[in-house]
Amino acid sequence: MSEYPVTPDEDEAEDLAPLTLPLDAWHREQGGRMVEFAGYMMPVQYEGIMAEHLWTRENAGLFDVSHMGQVYISSEDGITADLEAAIETALPIDLSTLKLGAVRYSLLLDEEGGILDDLMVTRWKTGFYLVVNGATKWDDIGTLRELLADEVTLNHLDESALLALQGPKAFAALERHAKGEYPLSALTFMKGGQFTLGGVDAWISRSGYTGEDGFEISIPGEAAEDIARLLCGEPEVKPIGLGARDSLRLEAGLPLYGHDLSPETSAVDADLKFAVNKRRRSEGGFPGAERVIADFTDGTARRRIGLTLEGRMAAREGAKIFNENQEVGIVTSGGFSPSLQHPIAMAYVDAALVAEGTALTIEMRGKRLDAKVAAMPFVPHRYHR
Amino acid sequence: MTRYFSEDHEWIEVEGDLGTVGITDYAQGQLGDITFVELPAEGSTVGKGDSVSVVDSVKAASDVYTPVSGTVAEVNGALADEPELVNTQAETGGWLFRVTLSDAAELGALMDEAAYKSFVESL
Repeated sequence: MSEYPVTPDEDEAEDLAPLTLPLDAWHREQGGRMVEFAGYMMPVQYEGIMAEHLWTRENAGLFDVSHMGQVYISSEDGITADLEAAIETALPIDLSTLKLGAVRYSLLLDEEGGILDDLMVTRWKTGFYLVVNGATKWDDIGTLRELLADEVTLNHLDESALLALQGPKAFAALERHAKGEYPLSALTFMKGGQFTLGGVDAWISRSGYTGEDGFEISIPGEAAEDIARLLCGEPEVKPIGLGARDSLRLEAGLPLYGHDLSPETSAVDADLKFAVNKRRRSEGGFPGAERVIADFTDGTARRRIGLTLEGRMAAREGAKIFNENQEVGIVTSGGFSPSLQHPIAMAYVDAALVAEGTALTIEMRGKRLDAKVAAMPFVPHRYHR
Repeated sequence: MTRYFSEDHEWIEVEGDLGTVGITDYAQGQLGDITFVELPAEGSTVGKGDSVSVVDSVKAASDVYTPVSGTVAEVNGALADEPELVNTQAETGGWLFRVTLSDAAELGALMDEAAYKSFVESL
């Protein structure tokens, strides 16, 4: 018996010994099975991916995502027009429409419009807070440093931990502990604020990567274990590993960098047009703008879509997709959906074949699996708007 | 009846020239929730060490190698609807296939239960 590594497998720092995160000992105590991911030892599962996945959909799951990069961008004079202009030079975002405490999805692009990373940008009182992917954070920091003017300060908040509490009961569990100038209920989807949790300063935003209502919580690393214990002490909350994080985000139709997104993909073919804000589509002025604007006008040869499969055999990353006998695309993520009890996949296919219901086949281990183009998310989002 | 184990975490129980093959309880625990099992065709000829079956879990697909050469006599049809039997009854009702041995001497290269147990403990 041997295992094909399907996920997780991102490891840019493969030549270095894996690092440990603030919750390492706590994960082991909770029975987490630790694997190397993005250069860190991380829990892939505790009691089992299926059970953890379904628990999160019905209750609340606590995810340690401290491997992700937290970055603070500011200037000596706080948020100035120059600071906003500098960030807009680096990202296709319109900061004039990003209000205080608001969180927005954006993309770091190369000069050809290829995707270097996807990230979250939040307006704080005195600067901008970014969360980038773990495996790409060192490259991202280098890229941002080059793109931003010298007057701009970029701090890697590498002493902060990041937790995500996700699921329909996340609010009830977190509300018991979150204290602030306003109640936790003041936050709606993609809004954040400053709170304390068990007496610890915490930046909390109503956001996540599961499709459920939920929160992302940035806290000092040294307080992470206390906060994890506090939250997992609530009856609704269990710790959830990377395995279920991947199956949950796939059901939610959310792309995973390094799999569904890469420098070979663009905002338009990745179906992430919303990440290029309206004003920027006409004005440009960000890396790769020429290509991105051309893609908006002309369309792209292929597009990221969802597929639902017949039977129980899953299609995996790298599987080829056929229309009759013509190769028309490739699977970038795939697995068995615990909520739907059938396999699902994300893929890139020829733009002529993206209509919902289009019948295609996927080649897996010498077999052809029947699949249909499906709308994403596969499982409806339940964000608190 | 004698049961043997491979370093690839398959078990085979032999009665006469018929061997029943599955994956070990240790293996199913490592794989996690099994969602699909791809089985060999009945009547097909298999060689020791060939990948003849694939076990799909939520996170990955894993090859199963036949520990002996022979002809596939039967596959476990119950797994089509209940692949989770490989999790719940790995070394009993979750068997994968039966093979008519072509060379019983191959069994000599496999471990007995005690040797497999210490092999797993050494991992």
